[in-house]
Amino acid sequence: MSAISTKHLISIKDLSSEDIELIFSTADNFKEVINRPIKKVPSLRDITVANVFFENSTRTRLSFELAEKRLSADVVNFSASGSSVSKGETLVDTVKNILAMKVDMVVMRHSSAGACEFLARNIDAKVINAGDGAHEHPTQALLDAYSIREKYGNVAGLKVAIIGDILHSRVALSNIFCLHKLGAEVMVCGPTTLMPKYISSLGVKVSHNVREALEWCNVANILRIQLERQQTRYFPSLREYTLHFGVNKALLEEVGRDITIMHPGPINRGVELDSDVADSGQSIILNQVENGVAVRMAALYLLAN
Amino acid sequence: MSQQRRLIVPQPQLRIILERLAAQLIERHGDFNQTVIIGLQPRGSLLAARLHALLEVQTGNKITFGKLDTTFYRDDFRRGKELLIPNSNHIDFSIEGKEVVLVDDVLYTGRTVRAGLDALLDFGRPAKVELLVLVERLYTQEIPIHPDYVGRKVNTLTNEKVVVGWKEIEGEDNIWIISQ
Repeated sequence: MSAISTKHLISIKDLSSEDIELIFSTADNFKEVINRPIKKVPSLRDITVANVFFENSTRTRLSFELAEKRLSADVVNFSASGSSVSKGETLVDTVKNILAMKVDMVVMRHSSAGACEFLARNIDAKVINAGDGAHEHPTQALLDAYSIREKYGNVAGLKVAIIGDILHSRVALSNIFCLHKLGAEVMVCGPTTLMPKYISSLGVKVSHNVREALEWCNVANILRIQLERQQTRYFPSLREYTLHFGVNKALLEEVGRDITIMHPGPINRGVELDSDVADSGQSIILNQVENGVAVRMAALYLLAN
Repeated sequence: MSQQRRLIVPQPQLRIILERLAAQLIERHGDFNQTVIIGLQPRGSLLAARLHALLEVQTGNKITFGKLDTTFYRDDFRRGKELLIPNSNHIDFSIEGKEVVLVDDVLYTGRTVRAGLDALLDFGRPAKVELLVLVERLYTQEIPIHPDYVGRKVNTLTNEKVVVGWKEIEGEDNIWIISQ
């Protein structure tokens, strides 16, 4: 098997399906490592990684930090609040200063789409995108697909519905690219106002009826309403959204199919997803979190080489 | 550049070597009550599996057997041209307080065994670790690692490679020296 074909991990679009398979098979090995009493291997002991987060995050940042530490990398953390960014420093200057301290890889989250691409063009270090605006969140898509593969043995041929705020979601976009590369069918479902205009040009089915989506799919990936990204009001009230697009037990029972429930987190319980579904046996939400560390270890390991 | 292959151990002789190694292991470990056999992935595991089968027949006991991957512990990560693709670990038992026989097919620089020792110690603290190799290449070790059991010692040049073939994969059990 050859190496991964990209220098950075900015977008799922840059990866071939062989790259994705390579990441998955490597993640299998790391999953075994993180379930051992000593959850650490020395592979990246001569590498320093900077986690540069211009936007809030708990899961992704913790997951990356754990992945780095379990590979024995040295880790520095940076968050925009309380940094020189508030003093007017530019993105490239901030990162160049971090790199001057001899950092080999940068994991970055930024509120602007394309920020990671821009950074990769302007600095020497390897860049991993941990979410850029409403563009992409490649490691989330990889861990989602990896979790589906773990449950079903394969991704090809499965039907995955992505339900919720598609317009503001980088997770939706990366998931669509990733699932298509692996041969799954994708449907997006949400209110018309939260659906990008030309979404069907990505080759996905579009629905505005959550029941229709659930009747169609094997896996439902339910997304959060990203209130922090919404400048205007896209629907009358959260309550109304829940009424039309919330996934709850009664609805799943009516549909009566064995559907796997996923959510990239953080969940707004009782809004897009009810607790009795989120915590049920159908849900693989916590497997997604566990797999996130293994998949990120694989991505770091393969890119560091 | 043309490759030259030279057969150094044909199949009947290899069988005798394996039987001698098994006998030496039994001499030291008796019923293997406190001993586990661990092969280094990928090629050492094939040898370890063979020896394990032989030992189970000869002792009549169940003997614990595992496979250990050294990829994440290697010291040439990011230094070679090739990406190091990991193999899986199969160690579903505790090595704490056990005597471990680490098995690899060819001992060359000793670096794989060094990585293997580090990988092994992440699974616990064995009472003792011994090293068994089928082929020891003489005067090529770059770190002070020496085997406790040796199938065959060979003198080789640096442009030569020692390859152990197995019936399951190559179609025949034998040992070759390939020069390029």
